[in-house]
Amino acid sequence: MDKFEHSAVVSGLGMSDIGRRLMRDPMALTVDASLAAIADAGLTRDDIDGVCTYPGNVPGAGGFSGAGAHDLIDVLRLKPNWHNSGLEQAGQLGSIVAAMMAVATGLCRHVLCFRTVWEATYVQLQRTGQIRYSGGGGRLSGGMEWRIPYGAASAANWIALYCSRYMHEYGLTREQLGQIAVNNRKNAALTPYAVYKDPMTLEDYLNARMVSTPLGLYDCDVPCDASVAFVISHKDTAKDCRRGRAVGFEAVGTANTERVSWDEGDLRYLTGIEGAANMLWSRTDLKQKDIDMVQLYDGFSFNALCWLEKLGFCGVGEAGAFLEGGQRIARDGELPLNTNGGQLSAGRLHGYGFLHEACVQLLGEAGERQVPNNPQTAIATSGGGVPGSALLLTAP
Amino acid sequence: MLTESNRFFWTSGADGKLRFLRCTACRNYIHPPSPVCDKCLCRELAVEAVSGRATLAAVTVNHQMWMPNMEPPYVVGIVEIEEQDSVRLTTNIVACDEADLAIGMSLQVEFQEYEDVFLPVFRPVSSPPGADGKNPTGDA
Repeated sequence: MDKFEHSAVVSGLGMSDIGRRLMRDPMALTVDASLAAIADAGLTRDDIDGVCTYPGNVPGAGGFSGAGAHDLIDVLRLKPNWHNSGLEQAGQLGSIVAAMMAVATGLCRHVLCFRTVWEATYVQLQRTGQIRYSGGGGRLSGGMEWRIPYGAASAANWIALYCSRYMHEYGLTREQLGQIAVNNRKNAALTPYAVYKDPMTLEDYLNARMVSTPLGLYDCDVPCDASVAFVISHKDTAKDCRRGRAVGFEAVGTANTERVSWDEGDLRYLTGIEGAANMLWSRTDLKQKDIDMVQLYDGFSFNALCWLEKLGFCGVGEAGAFLEGGQRIARDGELPLNTNGGQLSAGRLHGYGFLHEACVQLLGEAGERQVPNNPQTAIATSGGGVPGSALLLTAP
Repeated sequence: MLTESNRFFWTSGADGKLRFLRCTACRNYIHPPSPVCDKCLCRELAVEAVSGRATLAAVTVNHQMWMPNMEPPYVVGIVEIEEQDSVRLTTNIVACDEADLAIGMSLQVEFQEYEDVFLPVFRPVSSPPGADGKNPTGDA
């Protein structure tokens, strides 16, 4: 299959400081990550001819968006042939797919992609009165009007509803679901930048306070301050990049085949996952057995469960049994999951963390947390509940 | 925010009835309100009352304070209306002990009045109206 995915590589990776309440300007974080990615690729800013990000400069986004494409282009005085940002795309990693298309079509050679969050600091600034809350009051519109009047104000509620239905249909237990959080925390212990590294047992998970049944505190990810950046380059440039080799793309999944809604469709699984998962497999001859690890979106533990099942790593309704005991998803198990700790423990890098970790592992640069036996393939995903996307990556 | 497309829904409870848009051609119910039928793309849609009976399709008990005027715990459910199970509402389940909440249980609409809005919520058919202690159409 002649496909655009093969035209693109990840030539550079960059990450800012990551933490809770860093109290740093989110543009400074964005610059740190971006310059790190450019240097990692062995490029200079003059080589960057494309810029792509999620979600961009969204009015009222608060800590959800730390910098827009225009902001960064101006700060770094970039001169892109093409740039793009948006909230309405196939998950956070949809912005990576857009960058891949830009290099595949010849519009760009090197696209700088970034995702910056500063939710922890933003909330702190609100608390201390340094930022005035700009939302609140008044009446609602734009989809939220159907949920906010009922106190269903958080994605924790919306995802808990789906999880309740899955548990009802398939008998998933909290002990089984909890293996995701426990596994991720164990992995995070070896991740230098992870926000939460303290050991956590299944007991700790089960005893944590409930947020919205059946989801407890450790089913929810950790808001933080962070910027993660990549340089997505044309494959022909890979030999000239700093490493002389680069992580490649085998397939993408960006299809959305369900209602864009938080209460429609098949209530057993979060929407926005199935279409992307099916499309991913339709674009490759590789099968589940060929995948060496998965970095699955875990804004909530249940997102990762849905990806696991919709990607076909276990049978319909069998994710609970698959997760039981946690051995299969451990770093040395048959399908290592979220080897940096995911968003549940490393922090809400919001989609980009999964691609970053997949690349680090496939480059063999993960240090203490390196997945054994020289992994050659990885899947990274983002989304669920909102339209998602999946990337199948290959080692250099 | 009340708009021309949703005003009928949020004020429907004034007479105790729940209403949805319905296609005049293929009789499909449509929610949230839309200018076009999702089944046949007909644009001739009319507001019609339904029975107010529904089935609980998913449920969560929220324990975290998200909004100053909603003290947890409270129950959020997704309900499917009796007339067409593809029409769903995210809503509150009232007058029901947590232990009695069960996916598949039968529910009946009631309304909570706030200013010019009548918020549809649902209670088990086995509970009398207002059994949660709130006046279903008075100040809440």
